[in-house]
Amino acid sequence: MHIYNNTQNPAARLDENVSPVLKYPAPRVIIIHQYERRSISAPCAGTDDSMRVIDTKQIEECVYRLALKACVSVTPSCSRAMSAAAERESSPACAFALRVLAENASLALREKMPVCQDTGMSAVFISIGQEVAFSGGALADCVDSGVRRAYEDGYFRKSVCDPLTRVNTSDNTPAVIHYDVVPGDRVKITFMPKGFGSENMSRIYMLKPSEGVEGVIGAIVGAVRDAGSRPCPPVYVGVGIGGTFESCALLAKKALIRPIGEHHIRDDVAYIETEALERINALRIGCQGFGGDTTALGVSCEVMPTHIAGLPVAVNIQCNCVRCETEVL
Amino acid sequence: MFPKRLSLPLSAETVRSLRAGDIVTLSGEVLTCRDEAHKRIFEYLEKGIDLPFEIEGATFFYAGPCPPRPGKACGSCGPTTSARMDSFAPRLYGLGLAGVIGKGEVSPEVREAIKRSGRCYFAAIGGAGALCGNAVVSCECVAFPDLLSEAVYKLVIKDLPSVVAVDSGGRSVYADART
Repeated sequence: MHIYNNTQNPAARLDENVSPVLKYPAPRVIIIHQYERRSISAPCAGTDDSMRVIDTKQIEECVYRLALKACVSVTPSCSRAMSAAAERESSPACAFALRVLAENASLALREKMPVCQDTGMSAVFISIGQEVAFSGGALADCVDSGVRRAYEDGYFRKSVCDPLTRVNTSDNTPAVIHYDVVPGDRVKITFMPKGFGSENMSRIYMLKPSEGVEGVIGAIVGAVRDAGSRPCPPVYVGVGIGGTFESCALLAKKALIRPIGEHHIRDDVAYIETEALERINALRIGCQGFGGDTTALGVSCEVMPTHIAGLPVAVNIQCNCVRCETEVL
Repeated sequence: MFPKRLSLPLSAETVRSLRAGDIVTLSGEVLTCRDEAHKRIFEYLEKGIDLPFEIEGATFFYAGPCPPRPGKACGSCGPTTSARMDSFAPRLYGLGLAGVIGKGEVSPEVREAIKRSGRCYFAAIGGAGALCGNAVVSCECVAFPDLLSEAVYKLVIKDLPSVVAVDSGGRSVYADART
C-alpha cells in the first residue's frame, strides 16, 4: 500500500474547522482492495492516550443512515440543476421528462421510496484521521453490515451479483470502499449509490501528452456523445485527469462527490469543466436522449500529477439521479 | 402538451397512428423482463421447453423493481437501458412480442424488426423509479423467482408516463437515429 500523505494541505485536515462539505484536497492515492482484510499489526500495536477511539459499530450506524437517506433523495445541487434545466427546455418531450423527474424526486422523498429502482452498487469513501484508532469488529465488515441493513429496511433493490455466475449476493454487499488516511481525529464517510446504466457508459483514455487540454476536452465530450441516450441524461460528468490508470478512475468518481456547479480551484481545470459542458450541451442529446437543450448538468474534474509519458483521462458518468450523502464523525 | 392515454394491448390501428416523439401514458398488463430473464428465455427456446408465460401478445417492460413497502403493490420500478437487450429483441418481435417499454436508443436491427412486425417501442422516463413504481396497480411473479428483481413479474400499470421512441415506421426519437 502506498500512502502519499499531503500534510501540507490544510483542507485535508478533518477537524471542526472544516465543514462536512469539504473542498476535496489534492488526493492521496490509497486503494485498499476490500477483499484484502488480513490484519496488519506491529508487535506492540495498541492505542496510546492521544488516539481517539471509535467503535466500528458507529461506522456501521453511519453507513446505515447515509444509505437510507441517499437512495431516496437527490442532492440539493442536482435538484437545483434539474429545475434550471426544466425552466429553459425548448423540446416538448424533454420538458415532459424533466417534469416527470421533478415530480418523481419529491414523491420519492415524501414516500421514502428509492428515487430510482437502481439503488446501485454502494461506493463508500472513508477518510480516516490518523489520530483515530478503531475498536470493535473489522471496519469493512461493519460497512457491509450498514449496507445490508439499509438495503433491507429501506426496501431497496439488491443489485450486486457475481460477475461470472451472475448469482445475486442478495444483500447488495460487498460495498466498494475507498479509504484515505488524512491528518486529524475525525472520520468522514461519503455514501454514493452508483447505478450501472450510467456506470456502463464510463470510459478511461490513456492520451498522449501532446494531445493536451484539447485532447482532454475531446475525450470528455466523446464519452458523453458515445453514451447517447443510454445513461439517463441529463448526466453529471466526473472526470479524472492524471495519476495512473487506477487512480485516474478513482479521481473521476471522487469528482462526482463535488456539488454540481462548483468549479475546481485551478482556473485551467475550471476552463476544461466549462468548455466541456458547453460542447456537451451543443450535442443536443437532451433529457432521456429525446433531443433537447440539456445533456449534462455539470462537469467536475479532479487532477493529480502524472508520468511524463502519459495523460490519463477517466470519465465517470452519473445519471440524472445524483445521490450522495456525507457525514463526519 | 397533454399525453395521449393508451391502453395495452394496442390495436394495430392505434400503433399505426403513433409517431416517434408522441407523449403518452400507458395502462394495462406488462411483463418485466431484463438481462438474466432474457438469457433464461433463450435457453428455454433453444431446448424447446415451454415458457410459463406467452410471448405472443405480451408487452415487455425492461425493469427490475425494488421490493414493495407494506401496503404497496410494487417498489420503485423505472425502466432500464434497452440497448442491453438488443441482441434478443428481433427474435422476440418475430415470436409475436407486442411491444417493449424501456429507455434509451435501440440498434438499427431492432428498429428494423419493430418496423417489420408493425410494433412500436416506448421509452418510459429513466430515473423516475418512484413515480413508475406508484403507477403499478398489481404485481405477481410469473417466472424465474430465483432471479429476484430480475424475475418476470406480471404488472398491471396505470398511466405510466412514456414517449413513443420508435414508431411502426421505424422512425426514432433519438438523436443517433434522426436524419
